[in-house]
Amino acid sequence: MEGPLAPDVLFHLGPVPVQRQVVTTWGIMAALSALGPLALGRAGTRWPLLRIAVEFLMEFERRQFEPVLREHTDRHLPLLGTLFLFIATANLLAVVPGLEPPTSHVETPAALALVVFAAVQVEGLRARGRHRLRDFLRPNVLFLPIHLLSELSRTFSLAVRLFGNVASHELVVGVLVSLAGLLVPVPFLLLAVLIGLVQAYIFTMLATVFLAAAVRGEDDAVQAPSGETG
Amino acid sequence: MNAELLSILCAALAVGIGSIGPALAEGRAVAAAMDAIARQPEEAGALTRTLFVGLAMIETMAIYCLVIALLLLYANPYTG
Repeated sequence: MEGPLAPDVLFHLGPVPVQRQVVTTWGIMAALSALGPLALGRAGTRWPLLRIAVEFLMEFERRQFEPVLREHTDRHLPLLGTLFLFIATANLLAVVPGLEPPTSHVETPAALALVVFAAVQVEGLRARGRHRLRDFLRPNVLFLPIHLLSELSRTFSLAVRLFGNVASHELVVGVLVSLAGLLVPVPFLLLAVLIGLVQAYIFTMLATVFLAAAVRGEDDAVQAPSGETG
Repeated sequence: MNAELLSILCAALAVGIGSIGPALAEGRAVAAAMDAIARQPEEAGALTRTLFVGLAMIETMAIYCLVIALLLLYANPYTG
């Protein structure tokens, strides 16, 4: 039986099997890469609405990240903003007939979470060096394994949260289609839009909080992403 | 009872029992957020955003149970 954990191989590129969600990911990457020059390049004057939409999105992202990252916002906006754009686009594919979101298989969320993990470690070391390493020994040396475990487990839960939400919704829609027929799942597809956007937001926000904690120190970075933007 | 039957039963139990706790927790969280919004409607934006992130954290527990159930159903190492 086909499950969300089974590999879904489309074709082989030499000895490497290429899965369906990898091809979908390439499509999303191409679309998003084309969006930039189209909206902000010289052609941007031709579609002012597109340009306004992209600028609004960027402003929104900056407003979300600024209270958490403060002075580090500019450096990390490209990574976090791209994460949000990619996950949101990928999740919204749930409502496109014939396509399935690449995030509904374990591999894509795991890869994204590993990117966040690597970024947190590298940027934390780059920004604070020795002090970042000393954070692992707080409040004393006995807590080192717990800190290491927490780094790993929060990466794991980041991946599993995204995967579980998207995949479970795909399953629910699949069960509804097989039980009730064609038009009944439509309201649930609307719910998929909400779930997809909320999960993209949460993944990005948690990545922001982790990054901020590594880059700015544990003192006040781990506050909730509310803050002064009302 | 063979391993297949047992894993189906356990998958159902995992999701069923595992969603009780998160359901209660999400109910409390939403109730508290409603209370806070009723007291301070001008803070609704920040409250809603924090609520969503908090709900996602709570929901993770249920999602873990779901992943266990999926593993039992689709990738069970004990049933050939």
